[in-house]
Amino acid sequence: MNPQRSGGVPPKPTAPKVSTPPPWEAIAADPDFKKLLAAKARFILLATLFFVAYYFTLPVLVGWYPDLMKKEVLGRMNLAFLFALSQFFVAWGLAFFYVKAAARWDQAAAAVRTRFDKG
Amino acid sequence: MLSSIVLPLFIAATAPAKVKPAPPPPPTESHTALFMLIGFVATTLVITWFSTRKSPGSSAYFAADRRLTGLQNGLAAAGGHLSAAAFLGISGMIAFHGYDGFLCSVGWFVAWLTVLLIVAEPLRNAGQYTMADLVAYRLKQRPVRALASLSTITVSTFFLIAEMVGAGLLVKLLLPTVPMNWAIIGVGVLTIVYVVFGGMLATTRVQILTAILFLSGTILLSFLVMKYYDFRFARFFKASSEVLVNPKTATTKSFLLPGMLFGKDVILAPNFGPGWGPLDLVSLGLALVFGTAGLPQVLTRFYTVPDAKTARVSVVWAMIIIGLFYLTTTFLGFGAAAILGPSKLMVAGVINENMAAPLLANKLGNELFVAFISAVAFATILAVVAGLIISASTSFAHDFHTNVLHHGKEIRPGDEVKVARITALVIGALAIFLVIQLQTINVAFLVGLAFAVAASAHLPVIVLSVVWRRFTTAGAAAGLGVGLLASLALIIISPTIMGIDAPTVAAARRHLIQHAAIFPLTNPGLVSIPLAFLAAILASLVRRDRTAEAAFAEFSVRANTGLGAEKATAL
Repeated sequence: MNPQRSGGVPPKPTAPKVSTPPPWEAIAADPDFKKLLAAKARFILLATLFFVAYYFTLPVLVGWYPDLMKKEVLGRMNLAFLFALSQFFVAWGLAFFYVKAAARWDQAAAAVRTRFDKG
Repeated sequence: MLSSIVLPLFIAATAPAKVKPAPPPPPTESHTALFMLIGFVATTLVITWFSTRKSPGSSAYFAADRRLTGLQNGLAAAGGHLSAAAFLGISGMIAFHGYDGFLCSVGWFVAWLTVLLIVAEPLRNAGQYTMADLVAYRLKQRPVRALASLSTITVSTFFLIAEMVGAGLLVKLLLPTVPMNWAIIGVGVLTIVYVVFGGMLATTRVQILTAILFLSGTILLSFLVMKYYDFRFARFFKASSEVLVNPKTATTKSFLLPGMLFGKDVILAPNFGPGWGPLDLVSLGLALVFGTAGLPQVLTRFYTVPDAKTARVSVVWAMIIIGLFYLTTTFLGFGAAAILGPSKLMVAGVINENMAAPLLANKLGNELFVAFISAVAFATILAVVAGLIISASTSFAHDFHTNVLHHGKEIRPGDEVKVARITALVIGALAIFLVIQLQTINVAFLVGLAFAVAASAHLPVIVLSVVWRRFTTAGAAAGLGVGLLASLALIIISPTIMGIDAPTVAAARRHLIQHAAIFPLTNPGLVSIPLAFLAAILASLVRRDRTAEAAFAEFSVRANTGLGAEKATAL
């Protein structure tokens, strides 16, 4: 059974622990960790900007350019409907790419963790 | 009236203003539904029985021992998210307002990308049970947690009232033999039982069960719609583009065209005139996209898995299930419009938006299927309400009681859980009381308000605490406070609450303040979210907080590697 910490997370681990706290500063300064952070930040920033832009294009086009969006392209299906439908597949696709990228970060993080956990 | 259209995601708004003691449907029909519902309730009680522990620790009670799999947690997240409001509300919106209703489906789904990309993993790695764990990590615990707890409980309570009023109205429609107050008391008592005795584990299991029933029901109904059109999409879309809106004059209208709800000529508030619709749609989108990742009932879910990787997998499962559901709203909504026609969606002679899906089931399926759909709609409310009560009581016990009142120390082991159980009981009882008092008032705006508060008060401080080293206690307090107050104030002066009604308008549809609206949009997100970000950033820049900056290294390593993260309890 894992020892339960009862309270919030203190800024400095003051609770008596069996082992010494991990060397946070050293890890934060580690080049591999910094590389991991940069890779994550880049991907997440780009992915977020992309999906926010893609999503808000829908209400903007539908709201202010309804005549354009009413154009039928596939049978009775119009641009507005197809664009809304595409949001689902774009979101699933983005989630898929994120999971693939995150699997690489998991490995990088695990490598950093084991290196510092031992000593 | 329009305010109740723009946010009718919850049944309260669009329920008939006055249901005259109309002839109840054939008793056999409601009896089958009632038996199914009793069967479901019995199952959930058995689940709760098997989820109880003699003396659960905090991690067992609040986070189900952190041992759920990704699929289990994803299903539970979907079960806690997809309420009768989404099912009946959105399919009804599409059945009456066509394409613009489907826009809501898109927004409610896409919002989960924010949860996946920004929130789920750092939250799991750096926190214990609540959102405040993450935000207060580097900051002064007491002020941040007090405000975060206040805003968490506010969001949960708004949702809770809207859901329970919805439950009452739903029962009135689907099971007319059951009195409305009984239904409200029933929902309240059952969910209190799940939460008090079974904690997060029972809540999760009930949510998993509902998610499975819910998705099966909606997929089956979509299948029946397509069977009606011989599985030919071209025929389905052709019918959706020629919906009979007026049987007398044989007028048809294409429901695939945008503009029926958020168009440029839609009038939100008479004193502001037309032209605000598209901007309101953008504002609603902002509240959804940034609010979902700030909802307490969503955030607490990610503590129930062993690690950040499983948290990530569970969001992906949730996105698959929730996405599939919102795709089926195409068939449910357009199907109800095309097959029945909006003018035929009536209950006891009154046109009712929320009955689109059950009436469609009635047209296409047999009596058993209608009963199943009705029981499922009601079951979802139980799952959602249980999730709301546990997230609110977790925040009160962990953030307010343990960390604000007792400076982060549990005086006796088990106190935190005990306080949470009492809180759940109090919140549940209070909700029952309030809802019975409020049931004649239009409370639909509460859901929009909950999303707006979550998007304005919660998301900015979560994002800034994860990415910005210089974020300070003052910044967090400003972000939480301004986000909460701005969204509350803007909703109060918006056409959702303010407006002048003709004396003939029924109580359930009247504006709460009989005065011309001061703010032109029904959704405050467009203003309140940037305002909260700005307040949080400016207040952080006023004075540097060296302690918080020094702790950023530790926080960042934790959040990004999972080092020192809370472990799952071993068996």
